[in-house]
Amino acid sequence: MKSDINNKLAIYISTEILKQPNRTIDPQAALISSGLVDSFSLIDLALYVEDEFGVHIDDSELNASTFDSIDQLSDFIQTRS
Amino acid sequence: MQTFSHILKHYYESDPDRVCLYILQTNQPDVPFTYRELIQGAAGYAKTFEQEGILPGEVVILILQHGIDLVFAYFGAILHGSIPSIMPFLTEKLLPERYRADLASLISITRPAGIITYEDFEDVVNSALLPQDSVRKVMLSGEIDPPCDPDFETLLGMKRDPADIVLLQHSSGTTGLQKGVALSHQAVLNQLESYRAKLGLIEEKDVIVSWLPLYHDMGLIACFILPILQKIPLVLLSPFDWVRAPYRLLQAVSAYKGTLSWLPNFAYNFCALKIRERNLTDVDLSSWRAVINCSEPMYIDSHLSFFERFKGYGLKYDALATCYAMAENVFAVTQGGVDEPVMIDEIDRESMQLEKIARKPLVGKPSVKLMSAGKPLAGVKVKIVDSDGVAISDRTIGEIALKSNCMLTGYYNRPDATQKAFLDGWYLTGDYGYSFQDQIFVTGRKKDLIIVGGKNVYPQDIEQLAMEVAGVHPGRVVVFGVINEGLGTEDVVLIAEVHTDDAEEREQISEQIRQTVATGSAITLRQVVLVGKKWLIKTSSGKIARLANRKKFLDEFGINN
Repeated sequence: MKSDINNKLAIYISTEILKQPNRTIDPQAALISSGLVDSFSLIDLALYVEDEFGVHIDDSELNASTFDSIDQLSDFIQTRS
Repeated sequence: MQTFSHILKHYYESDPDRVCLYILQTNQPDVPFTYRELIQGAAGYAKTFEQEGILPGEVVILILQHGIDLVFAYFGAILHGSIPSIMPFLTEKLLPERYRADLASLISITRPAGIITYEDFEDVVNSALLPQDSVRKVMLSGEIDPPCDPDFETLLGMKRDPADIVLLQHSSGTTGLQKGVALSHQAVLNQLESYRAKLGLIEEKDVIVSWLPLYHDMGLIACFILPILQKIPLVLLSPFDWVRAPYRLLQAVSAYKGTLSWLPNFAYNFCALKIRERNLTDVDLSSWRAVINCSEPMYIDSHLSFFERFKGYGLKYDALATCYAMAENVFAVTQGGVDEPVMIDEIDRESMQLEKIARKPLVGKPSVKLMSAGKPLAGVKVKIVDSDGVAISDRTIGEIALKSNCMLTGYYNRPDATQKAFLDGWYLTGDYGYSFQDQIFVTGRKKDLIIVGGKNVYPQDIEQLAMEVAGVHPGRVVVFGVINEGLGTEDVVLIAEVHTDDAEEREQISEQIRQTVATGSAITLRQVVLVGKKWLIKTSSGKIARLANRKKFLDEFGINN
């Protein structure tokens, strides 16, 4: 389950946000605090998570303290769904 | 009413209970402030500045988050007669050591007497200070005098002269922070008067709604100073809230019957694409009479997608307006679409690019549709000049030059830069454009500046960062902007020459560059291209030629711009 979510998130981030489809992202790598996912893309990530996993992320939760890595986002999705 | 303080005094005495500002923050109730509350809050700060020995005419740097503290501190500095300058707050991704370096560079040129910030940020600020610095006092937001009745008899801001500098505006980044635009009371008040007339502002009817940062001229002048000094209620959202929830702007317009907003071009695309239906329940945009596109290249497609997305919510097409502005002219140079529809000019693409002529479309040839930025404001003269500074005829593309009653006094403590910016009394903007029937069309940029989401990015700052990465050939990096039509703004592209051909090693270098640039400048690179030795084109003087390399990149990587 988790690896499935991780995979989908990694593909979405590398393809749609970073526009580097061949890139592999470490599930523990910092996304937000490192600047890899910039603030303008946070909302895309939230919309994707909502459409794909049916989990709503409130805009006040779109920051590194709620989730910063794919692993953390994946846990967040599982707790909420 | 000759200075900011005189105007504030007048409102304090004549209309103290009028609400001038609503502060909106996520998960908190909206907070209204009357002129009395605003000026009393500011008076507390003014008192502290005086007690701490800050003198009128000295610069105070404000490092505070968007909120009422920043508003009080700003007007507090003005009531005290000192010169406020806002330094953007540290974002979570920017490395503290980079931030310190930027701050140190701002301090070395601006020579402020004081800095105001939060308790938990004091260490970062202190670590940027050197013993020989001008800064005598770092003041903390928790130690400011409480709001109090102002004594206009003794407030030192009342003794300022209209020709004195009232505020400084900086662009972000190392280069931007070294060039503070210094504006006098008179220049700002002249701009407000002309702009008010052009926009037809009415105290009883208009409401300005903004999410723009106050360290940017569009946010600071059009969406902060203008409404407060012209008695137009201001509804202020934080840029950090807006970027995560763009619908909040529309909800605020609906709730407060907002009539005017200013947006950089990308925000039209961003709102059109990223707002969900459920966030628009009961939203009514019919009060919006001017949504003004400004501070980066404007695209008609951005207007059209915005209109298509929100016309069902009462948005009027006529409300979509345009503007050409710059901090050096306080703000607006021209304004379009308010008293007449935005003029659209369809011209032949090739003539524009190669001959620098805005010619009517030719049959069977590609054309482009440009939106006029409108006509110059009263008190502002615009001319288009050739490379010798000589005025050229209508429909010929040249550099935009201007002369006005609201020009900067100078770049603060930078007489060299000030002198370079003018030619025979005309300010050379570094932007290309043409005029037609007094309308100004902006077509491009002479300077290397990149504008991303309305924010100025100086390529040399980014190049400098990338050169620190191991494996990158020093001096062999180039950065430029390429328009991204989907986003409605520019993408930042970086090309670097590297020694290695090894794919894995290149991948690591590329990643390192992205990381260094993101944490060193808060700019996200859209493309990093690594090339072999001697790929980059140099000028005869041995410098990397940005425009030539940009063209080579577009040709070689198959992206036709």
